Amino acid sequence: MIFGFPLLSVAIWLPIFFGILVLATGNDRNAPLARILALAGAVLGFLVTLPLYAGFDKSTSAMQFIEFRDWIPHFNIHYHLGIDGISVLFILLNSFFTPLVVLAGWKVIEKRVAQYMAAFLIMSGIVNGVFAALDAMLFYVFWEAMLIPMFLIIGVWGGANRVYAAVKFFLYTLLGSLLMLIAFIYLYRESRGSFAILDYHALAIGMNAQIMIFIAFFMAFAVKVPMFPVHTWLPDAHVEAPTGGSVILAAIMLKVGAYGFLRFSMPIAPDASHELAWVIITLSLIAVVYIGLVALMQSDMKKLVAYSSISHMGFVTLGFFIFNAYGIEGGLLQMISHGFVSGALFLGIGVMYDRVHSRQIADYGGVAHKMPVFAAFFVLFAMANSGLPGTSGFVGEFMVIMGAIQVNFWYALLAASTLIFGAAYTLWMVKRVFFGAVTNEHVAHLTDITLREKLIFAVLAVCVLGMGLYPLPFAEMMHQSVTDLIVHVGHSKL
Amino acid sequence: MSYLSTLTPASAEIFLLVMACVILIVDLFVVNQQKTPTYLLVQFTLMGLAFITLMTHQQGAVHLFHNMFVSDLMSDVLKMVSYLTVSIILVYSRSYLLTRGLFTGEFMVLTLFTLLGMMVMISASHFISMYMGLEVMSLSLYALVALQRDSATATEAAMKYFILGALASGLLLYGMSMLYGATGTLDVAGVSTAIKHGVANPALLVFGLVFVVAGLAFKLGAVPFHMWVPDVYQGAPTPMVMLIGSAPKFAAFAFLMRMLVDGLQPLMGHWSNMLIILAVLSMALGNISAIAQTNIKRMLAYSSIAHIGFFLLGILSGGIDGYSSAMFYIMVYVLMSLGAFGMITLLSHEGYEADTLDAFKGLNQRSPWLAFIMLLLMFSMAGVPPTAGFYAKFSVLESIVNTGHIELAVFAVLLSLVGAYYYLRIVKLMYFDAPESHEPIRIQPDTGLLISLNGLSVLALGMLPSWLMSVCAVSVQQSLLLR
Repeated sequence: MIFGFPLLSVAIWLPIFFGILVLATGNDRNAPLARILALAGAVLGFLVTLPLYAGFDKSTSAMQFIEFRDWIPHFNIHYHLGIDGISVLFILLNSFFTPLVVLAGWKVIEKRVAQYMAAFLIMSGIVNGVFAALDAMLFYVFWEAMLIPMFLIIGVWGGANRVYAAVKFFLYTLLGSLLMLIAFIYLYRESRGSFAILDYHALAIGMNAQIMIFIAFFMAFAVKVPMFPVHTWLPDAHVEAPTGGSVILAAIMLKVGAYGFLRFSMPIAPDASHELAWVIITLSLIAVVYIGLVALMQSDMKKLVAYSSISHMGFVTLGFFIFNAYGIEGGLLQMISHGFVSGALFLGIGVMYDRVHSRQIADYGGVAHKMPVFAAFFVLFAMANSGLPGTSGFVGEFMVIMGAIQVNFWYALLAASTLIFGAAYTLWMVKRVFFGAVTNEHVAHLTDITLREKLIFAVLAVCVLGMGLYPLPFAEMMHQSVTDLIVHVGHSKL
Repeated sequence: MSYLSTLTPASAEIFLLVMACVILIVDLFVVNQQKTPTYLLVQFTLMGLAFITLMTHQQGAVHLFHNMFVSDLMSDVLKMVSYLTVSIILVYSRSYLLTRGLFTGEFMVLTLFTLLGMMVMISASHFISMYMGLEVMSLSLYALVALQRDSATATEAAMKYFILGALASGLLLYGMSMLYGATGTLDVAGVSTAIKHGVANPALLVFGLVFVVAGLAFKLGAVPFHMWVPDVYQGAPTPMVMLIGSAPKFAAFAFLMRMLVDGLQPLMGHWSNMLIILAVLSMALGNISAIAQTNIKRMLAYSSIAHIGFFLLGILSGGIDGYSSAMFYIMVYVLMSLGAFGMITLLSHEGYEADTLDAFKGLNQRSPWLAFIMLLLMFSMAGVPPTAGFYAKFSVLESIVNTGHIELAVFAVLLSLVGAYYYLRIVKLMYFDAPESHEPIRIQPDTGLLISLNGLSVLALGMLPSWLMSVCAVSVQQSLLLR
């Protein structure tokens, strides 16, 4: 807290409050009002998180901005919030994306505008809650509550096959989280009546129990990341979601799962994490290589970026489970970079879809002739996606490869193959969509991006380049927390 | 005078009995087709009951009528929620029944008698009074289901309900007689003492226990004694289903507590194993069959079977935690099912029954607010936070994990995943599909307000569930300690 002001609570509840306000504007006659209110809420929501960055003490791994109140005394559950170097960046990333998503849906969404905007605002508050919660039940409530707005976003405003995608998304993620709930209840019993996550970190647990807990958490987090082989919901959800939904899914939702590994699996079950690290590493490498190849074969742009997301997230989990500073910090930087890059790519595909109403690569060709400014931006993000040095995509990937080579040469070699596959599928798509001759009528009638769209892309381009050229501000926020996490995970609990 | 003053703990029951008879007579002179005076009198009676129960509440347990009747905190809490439930049902069902010509004096008086039976069950501490309460309740319910006598489905439902209900009563009575044979007493406390002192024949006891549990399972609608539930839910008029599916669950909870916990606690090893079978089968069959339904009342019937399975998990895990989690579960479940059935009555209008799933298509476009309320109710039934249904499931899971049955907890959550699918389908119909008719939905102000409160209370309880959990825990604790 700064000056006794509960910043984290505001970061959570302000967007939700604005979401309810937007809902109250009612039907589509008041759509302009709903849009303006939503933008105001989103921008305010971002502004209130800035003091979290400014007031953050980088020299400690202890929780900061702590809020602690009784919530459900019957089960010793508390409203306990706090952030450390690992979670603070994700709150910022999430709040940063909300105004962009509102702007991206400004013109495109015409039916049930208020509900659309409100869903994203409420979502934004809930996600902040997930990253800030220090009580396992509070975390669980936010974690599950995320499903409801996302389910509606995909199902109401999505594409042709939206219902299938929404239901698949919901059930997949619910399956994982229910097992996590049982793990929490077990830990509650073992810790003699505590739901505090930090108590669990210190709790001594036997090997068998650790393995069971690890598996339960793994089910919850692996589905969200998503890791091979439980990734199949993601391409469906991405393809059918509206642009804003895809952006939030890729930029924010996927990060929640990876965050869970760092906050729960590794510190609560360190011995099981070491014991089963080979499973995670294998699955991560399969994701990097195999999913990279799958991405190469996609004819749908959104699907291509979706598979590329899975492949990039494989990098993240690989980095986490090699247990060194390069790996974990690299993984975290990769998560943030991937948020910017995949968000930007989905927004870019959205721009084309709004004009041509097709996501098929084959329906495009020579777009650069008609939309030069847009093409410049898109090529930049594509380069970042393939990990070009100087863009944000390079930093994390390079660090993870550095970390991996300390552990095992072959891990590093396989991981590094992404630099080739990533470049291949991204640049090949760019070549087919943007370059060459104008292939058809639709493309010939394209108009370049508007000021609103330019603004969105310019902001993202600054982030991508800024982080690529000078990643220190990001890295130094997390450094102390990561260092202490590695020490903690290094101690056996047996 | 001094004898009369000993009756104070039972004054709510006496007041209700008198008022039910008075209303029966008064109704003869009400010419108003809307039956407004009778209706107001009934609501006034329910308020009076709440007032009396509050006023006559005493610390500790008070026994009356030679230990046949007990009044303690648990019974008073359960009675209060029963009054509230019945009152809500009357509000929801009024316009539905008026358009169908069923809003008669008989309906209201029978409802009051059902309530009387439930109150006797809740306070019974003797096999005779337990059975008497159960029969008063059941007979009134049979008559209520059959009230729509020109409807073939309702008559069929009433027949099924009556025959299977009578069978269940027979089983229960047979089991009770066995227990009487083994212990030589009908008093619950006496049964418990006799078993503890080892004077009862164990084989006879367990034999009796099987029948008692089977009879109870029939009444609760737990698999494999569930056959009547889907047919009755589908066939009976919606308000009667609302009544069958709600308040009697409180009475059944009290019955279970007094019979199994107070009376047969020494046999817990036996009955908890029986309950495991009932719970597992109910959750499995309830959740899986519900997927295949196209009639929402039938779907909710299977869903109630699944919820009863979850509720039994709380009972069988035992201890204050287990029983209070079951009590909390059943309260939350009743709140949700009132809302769901209330929504069906709201969407129905003259000559149209909103009892198919298709009736919910595109509700978000016809009335975003009602769709949102239904969304809350459905997610609560599925147990998704931040709704009350989540904490109900959570507290039961917590108590079952505490007893070491982790495999039961895993099984329960996997089946609630299956359950999530069909609740989700309603949300899908409301939000993702186009409506079949664009007819505006006409709602009376009182029902509109009530359904809003009902839905929002599910959300509010999900945000702040602590107080209700404490109420359940304290009342269970007191009733166990004072035994």
